Amino acid sequence: MTALVSVRDLAVDFGAAPVVSDVSFDIEPGQCVAIVGESGSGKSVTARALLGLTGGTVTASQLRFDTINIADASPRQLQRLRGRDIGFISQGALVALDPLRPVAREIADPLRLHGSLTAAERQARVLELLTQVGVPNPALRASQRPDELSGGLRQRAVIASAIAMQPRLLIADEPTTALDTTVQAGILDLLERLRAEGAAILLISHDLAVVSRLASHLLVMSGGRVVESGPTEEVLTDPQHPYTASLIAAVPIGRARFERLTNRPAAAVPVESVVMKPHSVEPASTEPASFDPASFDQYEVLSADGLCKRYGSLLAVDDVSFSLHRGRTLGIVGESGSGKTTLARLVLALERPDSGDVTLLGEPWTGVPESARRARRPRIGAIYQDALSSFDPRWSVRRILADALGGSAAVPALLESVGLTPELAARRPRYLSGGQQQRVAIARAIAPRPDILVCDEPVSSLDVSVQAQVLDLLDDLQRSLGLSYLFISHDLGVVRHMSDDVLVMRDGRVVESGPTGAVFGAPQHDYTKGLIAATPRLP
Amino acid sequence: MKRLLAWIGVTALIFLLIAALAPGLLAPADPLAINPTQSFRAPSFDHLFGTDESGRDIYTRVIHGTGASLLIGVSATAIGIGLALVFGLLAGLGPRWLDFGTTRFLEVLFAFPGLLLALLFIVVYGPGVITSTIAVGLATAPGYARIIRSRVLVVRRAPYLEAAAVLGRGWWFRLWRHLLPNVAGSLFVLVTLGIGQSIVWASSLSYLGLGAVPPAAEWGAMLSAGRTYLASFWWMTFFPGLFIMISAVASTLVGRGLQERNRDS
Repeated sequence: MTALVSVRDLAVDFGAAPVVSDVSFDIEPGQCVAIVGESGSGKSVTARALLGLTGGTVTASQLRFDTINIADASPRQLQRLRGRDIGFISQGALVALDPLRPVAREIADPLRLHGSLTAAERQARVLELLTQVGVPNPALRASQRPDELSGGLRQRAVIASAIAMQPRLLIADEPTTALDTTVQAGILDLLERLRAEGAAILLISHDLAVVSRLASHLLVMSGGRVVESGPTEEVLTDPQHPYTASLIAAVPIGRARFERLTNRPAAAVPVESVVMKPHSVEPASTEPASFDPASFDQYEVLSADGLCKRYGSLLAVDDVSFSLHRGRTLGIVGESGSGKTTLARLVLALERPDSGDVTLLGEPWTGVPESARRARRPRIGAIYQDALSSFDPRWSVRRILADALGGSAAVPALLESVGLTPELAARRPRYLSGGQQQRVAIARAIAPRPDILVCDEPVSSLDVSVQAQVLDLLDDLQRSLGLSYLFISHDLGVVRHMSDDVLVMRDGRVVESGPTGAVFGAPQHDYTKGLIAATPRLP
Repeated sequence: MKRLLAWIGVTALIFLLIAALAPGLLAPADPLAINPTQSFRAPSFDHLFGTDESGRDIYTRVIHGTGASLLIGVSATAIGIGLALVFGLLAGLGPRWLDFGTTRFLEVLFAFPGLLLALLFIVVYGPGVITSTIAVGLATAPGYARIIRSRVLVVRRAPYLEAAAVLGRGWWFRLWRHLLPNVAGSLFVLVTLGIGQSIVWASSLSYLGLGAVPPAAEWGAMLSAGRTYLASFWWMTFFPGLFIMISAVASTLVGRGLQERNRDS
């Protein structure tokens, strides 16, 4: 079979150094080829080159779609290709739709531009497409605007628009990033079905586990070059390039607790010497801080009893109880809207529970006024999904950390203990990469020497390889500081790797809880079983 | 290009500032000295901007009027921003009923055109430089207050304020170290944009004879005096008007430049 798409020696540059060079691949009809790499590796630029959308200078000895040479094609020719022969599912599905237009109009656009259907036929076709991509109640959804749809539904609408003309090539750029696990599984199933029906698919992702199920051929990109390519199975089982190996190692699912996801050594600076001294006032229920892991289990540092929180008619958290011991991690897994974040806010005493109590280090925490809590605030810290917005935009890294440490002398050492160079102190967080930002957030959180860290989706917006580094860092800190984590994530693989015990939440309730191995090894509840089945994994 | 415009604005402002603080440096003559034999002279080397009906040198008067005009503009803006800060912070930080009340009050003020509000104030308290300055300040306050309120609402809910609370920082710490500096950042731009507007408004009031009165060398008052001779002796109104425009444009350019820089950094 001749290839539908053929790319040889593709190079793209924007003025200075080439962003992409020496990229070659073929895609046949009914085949899925995946490009894997971290942000900035050039994978999106490569995909956009096929659409003639890169800007910059594109050179290639061959850049062919069917019989058309894309490098030489006129703007008009490209316009005819886009939407009709090549469908594009863009990265930011949440912003890819015009907020002022009903989704039906958006989906009908390619039909109107490239087809010859009447308005009524288009309407019928839109409903058919929405049904096809698995949108429930398509007649209602078609008339709604993007802000009335959930993330998963919006992504499906974008896909419906992309496949409206039954394109022969579908380019999907991170189609499931930022979506819940079960939604992700649904979208991947949908792409798989389209492939089986004969579409060629170019799938782009930073997550090997996501693409491994769909793609028969893999390209691993790093720094604008293809470092490895071949049939998926071969690449995964026998990676030739160390970068590929590190990407495979970074996938947390199925990895034992405390097993390292990166081959970096732990930080050179012993973190215990950097952060504040252990608190001298130990609560009555615990002995002076002991960092012998064997004795950790005996000290309960945090417990919640019958927590409830209602917003209007929505019961966000419904009768949640748990207990967390020193040096252990309690994972909380659930999809968006399950009440995980509200639970975190209750535990941090940022919201007052309607009923129920949280006890911190043996003393009441939520039941007392803020003035009584303030002195104990340093004992419990937090890191968030969006580290950047948790920093004052006017403050430099040095000021942020000095504020948390109570002095700037230890800032360089603190930075080194989270794997950053001290030179970063002068910069403002927005000039750092996502992984660096999260490390600064972690440094700030551990500076007052807390006993507990509440981690709310700490790695969800990071590439898998960066995620692995941050997870390893959290592991190191847990062991050297005897920290306890309340680890919240929608990503089952991450929670499973990080937690000793786990709560599975849905609609504000705990549907299942217990030791991680028991819950994930032999799930009792249907919802847990569904989550486990939906989690992408390496074959 | 944008940088260049901002620098032009800065240069013009520096020039105006020199004129305001040390007018003698740029125009050594007496702005009030009359010389009836030299009246209504067109611009020439002797009289760069010409002379008025009493033979006073318009260039000297424009330069000496800079101080008064800028002072009115700056103090009016200060009054406006000061009032707006009070209202904006009350509305943004206070309980819901206070926000509701303050916002409704501001909306009532908004319903009047700003200049009408200023006129109303002058009708009650009488014309004069001080009353017209206060009047312009009052009239501009609702606009600023609304911007400050919305900014406070955004910053107040920012995750970094919550992060500070988690670290155990008290309410006052969060207000002084996080909220106010972040609100003030956007305020600085507002101020520079507002000064130009205030100068124009204050000049308009003087032109109407409600602010500074002739023979005081103030741009609006000079405009007003030249109005009668507009058809025959254009320079009497043109040059004061030019300076009003230069100061308004310069402060706007600087404001825009600051805005751009904030966005980039």
